[in-house]
Amino acid sequence: MSTATNTPPMAVRMSQVSKRFGAVQANRDVTLEVASGEIHALVGENGAGKSTLMHLLSGLSTPSGGRIEVLGRDVTGWDTNAAIDAGVGMVHQHFMLVPTLTVAENLVLGREPTRGLLLDDARAVADVRALAERTGLRVDPTRLVAALSVGEAQRVEILKVLYRGARILILDEPTAVLSPPEVEELWTVLRGLRAQGDTIIIITHKLDEVVAISDAITVMRDGRNIARFATADTTPRDIARAMVGRDVVLAFDIKHAAAVSSRVRTDGPAALAVRDLSVHGDRGTLVIDQLSFSVEPGEIFGIAGVEGNGQTELLDVLAGLRRAETGSVHIDGQDVSLLSVRARSDAGLSHIPEDRHRRGLVLDYSVSENLLLGRQHHFASSIGTMDQDKIARHAELQVKMFDIRPPDVSLSARALSGGNQQKVVIAREMGRAFTVLLAAQPTRGVDVGAIEFIHAQLRAARDAGKGVLLVSADLAEVLALSDRIAVMYEGQFVCVLPSSECNAEHLGPYMTGAARAVAT
Amino acid sequence: MILLAFLLQTIRIAIPYLLAAAGGVMSERVGVIALGLEGMMLGGAFGAVLGSYYGGSAWIGLVCAVAVGLFVASLLALCTLRFRADQVVVGIAINLLVIGATRFFLRLAFDSASNSPRVDGFGGEGSGLGVMASFSNPLVLLGLLSLPALWWLLWRTPFGLRARAVGEKPEAAATLGVHVGALRLRGVLLCGVLASLGGAYLALDQHQFTDSMTAGRGFIALAAVIFGRWMPLRVAAACLFFAAAETLQIQLQGIQLVPSQFVELIPYVLTIVALAGVVGKSVPPAALGKVE
Amino acid sequence: MSASASPRTDGWLMRAAQAMLAPVLAVAVAMVVGDLLILTYGESPATVYHLLLEGTWGNWYGFGQVLYKTMTLTCTGLAFAYAGRAGLFNVGAEGQLAAGGFAAALLGLWLPAATPAVLAILLCVAAAMAAGGAAGAVPGVLRARFGASEVIVTIMLNFVLLAMLNYAVASHLSVPETLHTESMRSGFVPRLGGTFAVFAGSAANWTIVIAVAAAVFAWWKLFRTRSGYELRAVGLQPDAAEYGGIPVPRTWIRAMVWSGAFAGLGGINFVLGYKHYYEEGFAAGSGFLGIAVALVGRNHPIGIVISALLFATLSQGGLAVNALVPKQLVDILQAVVILAVATAVPEVQRLLRKSAAALMPRASLEAGT
Repeated sequence: MSTATNTPPMAVRMSQVSKRFGAVQANRDVTLEVASGEIHALVGENGAGKSTLMHLLSGLSTPSGGRIEVLGRDVTGWDTNAAIDAGVGMVHQHFMLVPTLTVAENLVLGREPTRGLLLDDARAVADVRALAERTGLRVDPTRLVAALSVGEAQRVEILKVLYRGARILILDEPTAVLSPPEVEELWTVLRGLRAQGDTIIIITHKLDEVVAISDAITVMRDGRNIARFATADTTPRDIARAMVGRDVVLAFDIKHAAAVSSRVRTDGPAALAVRDLSVHGDRGTLVIDQLSFSVEPGEIFGIAGVEGNGQTELLDVLAGLRRAETGSVHIDGQDVSLLSVRARSDAGLSHIPEDRHRRGLVLDYSVSENLLLGRQHHFASSIGTMDQDKIARHAELQVKMFDIRPPDVSLSARALSGGNQQKVVIAREMGRAFTVLLAAQPTRGVDVGAIEFIHAQLRAARDAGKGVLLVSADLAEVLALSDRIAVMYEGQFVCVLPSSECNAEHLGPYMTGAARAVAT
Repeated sequence: MILLAFLLQTIRIAIPYLLAAAGGVMSERVGVIALGLEGMMLGGAFGAVLGSYYGGSAWIGLVCAVAVGLFVASLLALCTLRFRADQVVVGIAINLLVIGATRFFLRLAFDSASNSPRVDGFGGEGSGLGVMASFSNPLVLLGLLSLPALWWLLWRTPFGLRARAVGEKPEAAATLGVHVGALRLRGVLLCGVLASLGGAYLALDQHQFTDSMTAGRGFIALAAVIFGRWMPLRVAAACLFFAAAETLQIQLQGIQLVPSQFVELIPYVLTIVALAGVVGKSVPPAALGKVE
Repeated sequence: MSASASPRTDGWLMRAAQAMLAPVLAVAVAMVVGDLLILTYGESPATVYHLLLEGTWGNWYGFGQVLYKTMTLTCTGLAFAYAGRAGLFNVGAEGQLAAGGFAAALLGLWLPAATPAVLAILLCVAAAMAAGGAAGAVPGVLRARFGASEVIVTIMLNFVLLAMLNYAVASHLSVPETLHTESMRSGFVPRLGGTFAVFAGSAANWTIVIAVAAAVFAWWKLFRTRSGYELRAVGLQPDAAEYGGIPVPRTWIRAMVWSGAFAGLGGINFVLGYKHYYEEGFAAGSGFLGIAVALVGRNHPIGIVISALLFATLSQGGLAVNALVPKQLVDILQAVVILAVATAVPEVQRLLRKSAAALMPRASLEAGT
């Protein structure tokens, strides 16, 4: 089954490797051993430090501590070019291709074959064709990259690394953008490379993939390596447990779960009702597929799942920032499908966006100005003058109620800490009348104190009879807050369950696509 | 006969456009907006006259023109590449700077507010078939060859491949070990050389420098770059087309089919139309104007 | 009381000081370049600068000329800044200014001489703003609708507008042997010299008050109204604006219309206040100089009035020192100021941000990735 592991030095040996970015410890004392000729899966949740670790290996950044060996040679702190020369190449999560150039041109860029002064086009094409043939990564070298499908572009990325002579390939989430048949093709190619003696490290958090392709697995969590398995000797359940961590099972208690039925009101219209929603993503593919669900008043409906499974697009559509192909959205019985962002807001929709630095705040606006973003029409007179007194009163009140620090409404949002920035967003969205709240990654990047505060706010909103749609990549958070939980995978809900019936071990397989229990 | 005269006149008008537009294509292909073409041309024109007058030869004039062009381009590169200042603002400021500086040094060097004394060009001007002689002027040949040569450079050499990659997706080029900053610098400097030669042709052809003598030709060259969609051969065609329209207007002066002012507008209007994408949209290099 | 009040005042002062830092640096750089150029000309910088001040702020005529130039530069500076606040470059003030002047002159020519002065002036002002605004709408719509770069469109439109106006004047409207239209019959704005005798002979006129009012209006609109709030949000962070329910393309169009209107308003200085006709090239260069004014004024209406005064002083000062050094010296200095501000602003901001980060360590933002 697994290939030779006895004789030669390890292809990669990282020992006690640490990496720190300012105050953030992205990797601490990580040990990773990858044998020559194996496919090694590096798994873990978002932010577990997988990509950072691989950037250290591929020379994109240098470790703060520890030692990195490649084929027995100490290479700690090398740069990209040295890594490429030594046969280590990384395929990044986001395509690094020049769309206006051909496949062959993208491959040879920086190492062009020449004939005299001239670019040897014919040789570039021939070389690329031969390489494509040899590796099974078939793609026409003369086509423009812009015209390629996502799967083909992925192949070009891998070819690019191979063209530079890589024998140790690092693939960062290579299947994130691929369709199932394309994934199958990729597996075939990777197995072919392994057969030629190449070593492959694949970063992923999809367990079905791990089982399908890898020989060995290293699980990371919170910047550390937690466990190492031989794939043949383990089960997806074991891997999921190691990924998520036993200790997070969990902060929710049965008592409050039992209280659910009495609090949730299902007599009137749903706070938020979504019917048959289909949405195209930026690349034109269907990212949400015929989704229907509702959030009742007095309920927190949590959506768990690995990021990039359609959550962002769903929130954008609900908020009116993106157009749906089909389907309808109702707020408190009112059809808002065709309404603008502003009209939805006035219809009772509040929205804590997932990226507060890009969407949620105008960073160079003051706290008081940010506290009225999206509500500015309620602060203006008929000739359009903003009511400065009202703005100031409103801001002072919000700052007090939501404990925003420092309590100076004239500071620019940029000057606040992450937690206080998020409090500004929350004050704005929750410090007013609303029917339904979209809360996306509400505690991402904020400190522990703020997390508690934010969680309390969400529970208070629920208790006050609001409908809350919670989307979070943090499974523990979803479990702790939600009344019902849906797991989103590839644009659909693969399971919808009362939270009393959920725990991390249970949901892991759904999140990673290893299990599917289609509910209504 | 009339046709030949028309053709020769068109070429004569087109040379400065061709040279400056070649510079514009080079600069924008590496991702730097070529709003400074006008200034680079004007600087080149002044340098050419200064060199010819004091050096006694048009060739020395050319050397001086290129030196001025390189200086202006370096200043632009320093502000935009090193200090990451806004390329639009810097481009416009460069134009204002060169207009002011040429006026200042015109007074300093020739004690005149409007024009320099006469200098010898490369010879060979005249009307009708006499224009043929102008082909002894090396700049004519250079101008005609500039855009085809640039096409060759951009599409047939490693430098060109890297340049195109840098103007389109610099981060991709960087991950492959291409030095983005150095490449952009070379592109801007080459732009300075080409545009200043365009200005030099103008001045040597008229045998003197006059205040603001480029009169918007840098912007016509920029219009040609956009209308030609950043493709050297299309840009060359755009330059020739604009020049032909001007020639027609000059030759038909007595007839007045359309007011002459409107003929002059052709390049500008076509550029706006091309940008609006009414017939086939003009899409600039993706990284144009962005220095991270 | 003081606990909450003092940091706010500090904040305001600090911000003003920080905003001034780059322009002050830039002017210093320009002074050094100026010194060098004056020395190449064999003159003493001290003498030249002294003469420059004396010819501008040292006598009433000179000061009147400075005020005259300040009017136009305030307007074109506001034009650039207003679009800039929405994240757009209006490089088309040259054309918009001319269009405004042209419209005002035509209307003044067409209105009967008996029109009440105030009404005539108001109508002419409205015409100037409308014409400038229309000229600004074109690039605004093309940007919003087709994504066409407003930089290129405004530049190209300058040539188109100026050529069309010149054609209209040269072939249909001009007084024979001149490049200007006939004199208006109504809509005159009196010169300052009529009220304050000391200004007699200078071109300064009461339109300067209109320009200052325009600056106040722009300030009010940008910082005190909902549309200004939305416009600035679009300029700072289009994604956040969109999230806040602000229609970004429509905001761009509105910003360009107002921007053009401010530039167009500048046309009344020459037309209503000085010569009472439209003349080809009546304010050539003022449009581009508006960019410098806005940059040094940091896109703030109050800053722009001050900065317009500075650039007007330089322009007028160039004439004053022409006997010693070529007046083109100031053209160079103005360009150097633009280059230096454009270069210093991002650099200073980086430095400030770095020092702020060093002083106040924040909880780091997004972990991982």
